[in-house]
Amino acid sequence: MPVRVQTEDFDVSAELAALRAGRAQVGAVACFVGTVRDINAGVGVSTMTLEHYPGMTERALEAIVTSARARWRLDDVLVVHRVGALRPLDQIVLVAVTSAHRGEAFAACEFVMDWLKTQAPFWKKEATPQGERWVDARESDDAAAARWGAGAVPNATQGPDGR
Amino acid sequence: MKVEVLYFAGLREAVGCAREALDLPADVVTAGALREHLRARGGAWTDALAEGRTLRVAVDQAIAAADTPLRDGAEVAFFPPVTGG
Repeated sequence: MPVRVQTEDFDVSAELAALRAGRAQVGAVACFVGTVRDINAGVGVSTMTLEHYPGMTERALEAIVTSARARWRLDDVLVVHRVGALRPLDQIVLVAVTSAHRGEAFAACEFVMDWLKTQAPFWKKEATPQGERWVDARESDDAAAARWGAGAVPNATQGPDGR
Repeated sequence: MKVEVLYFAGLREAVGCAREALDLPADVVTAGALREHLRARGGAWTDALAEGRTLRVAVDQAIAAADTPLRDGAEVAFFPPVTGG
């Protein structure tokens, strides 16, 4: 159940090959790669800087992976998330899931991404022609995570707290 | 009670502080009470931690709620809703 946070880029082919190496029971590999767009909310983006909370990030990602493994029969799950300064076209995140059959791999891959977007402590800051701005959280991301059911990931929160 | 308090992203920039060690008054025993305590500092703190602002709080690296109790030596983090992926 590898979870990695790193500044360096990743090689999707090499990561997928390593994930299923010697695993003849695997019949399906589903993966998602998130990349930096050159436009967000109608404004050009020249650089995107990702900040995270070292320690909690890894714990949050591991909790999400554990929840996915409890929900579907999976062979393995890999999450690689980059931090630091990225540019349009760069890869940001890789989620890869292996299982015997495609249905579980597809579903688990989407589940992990939906929960990562709303629970893992990463923050994006964009550099635009109008200056730098922190990216706002989207309600559509909360809705995407919520459709898997409240409590799908233990200790997660759907609403504001700490007031 | 002594705690370590961390701030991230836009909140860190707004208050101009990434991390600090605090010795809390006896009546500050929950994450929510700590937020109120920090808000009482005035200036940027009052604005950035205002009641209407949506912030998350984590205690010992786990998402917490306003009524989550603090312990001596706890690591408490305040941050805006996350935007990774």
